Amino acid sequence: MTDQALPLPARRTTFEKLLAAIALLKESRIGMIGLCIVLFLLVVAIIAPVLPIMDPLKQYSSHLLAKPMTEGPDGVFFWLGTDDLGRDLLSRLIWGAQRVFIWAGLATLSAYTTGMLMGVAAGYLGGRWDDILSFIGNLIMSFPLIVLYLVIIGRFGATPLNIIVAVTLATGPQVMRIVRGIVLDLKTRDYIAAAQVRGEHPIYIMLVELLPNARGPLIVDACLRMGYVTITIALLGYLGLGLPPPDPDWGSMINAAQKFGSFGANAMLWPAAAVSTMVLGLNMLADGLREISLRD
Amino acid sequence: MLPLIGRRLGMMILIMLVSSFILYSLFESDKDRVVIQAIGPYTSEEQRQAWLDQRGYNEPFLERYVGWVGRAFRGDFGTSVQFDKPVMEVILPRLMNTGILALWVFSLTVMISLVLGVLSGIAEGSAMDRSISFVSVLTTSVPEFASATFLLAIFVFWLGWLPGTSSGPGAFFRKELILPVAVLVIFNFGYYTRMMRASMAEVMNSQYVRTAVLKGMPFRRVVLKHALRNALIAPFTVMVLQINYLLSGVIVTEVVFAYDGFGRRLYEAAQFNDVFVVEACTMVAVALAVATQFISEIGYMILNPRIRLT
Repeated sequence: MTDQALPLPARRTTFEKLLAAIALLKESRIGMIGLCIVLFLLVVAIIAPVLPIMDPLKQYSSHLLAKPMTEGPDGVFFWLGTDDLGRDLLSRLIWGAQRVFIWAGLATLSAYTTGMLMGVAAGYLGGRWDDILSFIGNLIMSFPLIVLYLVIIGRFGATPLNIIVAVTLATGPQVMRIVRGIVLDLKTRDYIAAAQVRGEHPIYIMLVELLPNARGPLIVDACLRMGYVTITIALLGYLGLGLPPPDPDWGSMINAAQKFGSFGANAMLWPAAAVSTMVLGLNMLADGLREISLRD
Repeated sequence: MLPLIGRRLGMMILIMLVSSFILYSLFESDKDRVVIQAIGPYTSEEQRQAWLDQRGYNEPFLERYVGWVGRAFRGDFGTSVQFDKPVMEVILPRLMNTGILALWVFSLTVMISLVLGVLSGIAEGSAMDRSISFVSVLTTSVPEFASATFLLAIFVFWLGWLPGTSSGPGAFFRKELILPVAVLVIFNFGYYTRMMRASMAEVMNSQYVRTAVLKGMPFRRVVLKHALRNALIAPFTVMVLQINYLLSGVIVTEVVFAYDGFGRRLYEAAQFNDVFVVEACTMVAVALAVATQFISEIGYMILNPRIRLT
């Protein structure tokens, strides 16, 4: 079956690599569970537009804070109930998943790119570069994360770009610290000396020789980091510093539902469970990957 | 060791200075913005000019900054816009409340993680070890505002045993403190436990512990007298460094439970655009973070004599 699906030899190698990676991951049960959780949420988020679910913004004023498995008007069915404005929770959760994946993904990517470039420069170039970059990193890391977010987003406003910038600023230095440590170790290897003797440009050595060889521990860290960023995105939504309503957002869903908690906790439990599940999936995946990487 | 401490101290001061400069330029380089936030948008041009003159805002930026730092050192961060009181009066009592919360959380977290970490570290791969590991992955995956939601649903809205908000020291304080403390301990203990476990497992595999076991020393004595002391070194640094993250979590938890603490003061000041309170809170938070980092480094040096040579 796999042979038929893969006519192109170039694609086969990447796909086979992926299969091999999954086969390796199979040895770690915790990693497999994590992978399944993350893939499930990802698939649901991607196919949200074609799923037979309700409009996440449509308000049914006759069914506010409905319980799960409630039948609504015109034959609609609220599988998980509704929120305080009578909007279907299931479809809000699913669209919220898409939103979290997009923004947490973009923010993690941006933080990782920045952190990797800073880390590889600090580790490989050393000297003054290292001093300056490490100082910037220490400076940012001496702010408690929430304080950093409150200051940046409070000062410049909660726009998508500002949120990504804030996450990059907060997370980049942590990535930098890890990459710097790995690079300090890698740069004494023979292949780096060989590249230096060949007369390669430092930028080539950093990007082509060093970074690809640092990928092992970084993949594990990226999973963990994506989990933290997911927490951050939801947290900013919860604190009212996230993306503006009415689009569904797990964090702001929890916040809105908590105000009506005494009328029924249903609406606040689902988004809280969704955030926790996603972070749990990423953490378990990272755990499994680490377990495997330590094995060989 | 002394020059090392001196260098760290210098670094600390440098970080404080640079971050205060960045903070000041972010919030006060635009004086028209400051005056509007301080005395409101519906004021006449003369009123604004008078306010700016009186507070020396018409001086050059650098001079203003130096003056601000000087006053900040004496504890004068200006007047809170929201409360019309000196900023320090607005913050200090809140800092006390947060201190109480943080102290409870920190001591409980350390105790729980110490016990669990040792239990799983002395028997790597056992059923006990695996279940502790699983529980700590589970609890660290649930962010504070989500676990607060679960606890609220159970203990406040369903069973009705505990109050859902805690306003700080007062009549029902003890009871009000349970949920915030529980939320923070649940989120934080997993990470500490894993540190403790890793360190304990490493020490248990070392030669001198094996020797102690082989010479027939009771296992309990080996663990408590020989292994534990050395296993505490690495987690100590991590635990103190984690105070920075703990502070972040404390802010969130205070907002969730409307706890009258320093973090909620900062959050509300940021919502209200109370510039001077935001500045003061941020500086206090950075000072705390830098100070804990300093303590953890010094502590590590004292606990681990080998590091002094480097």
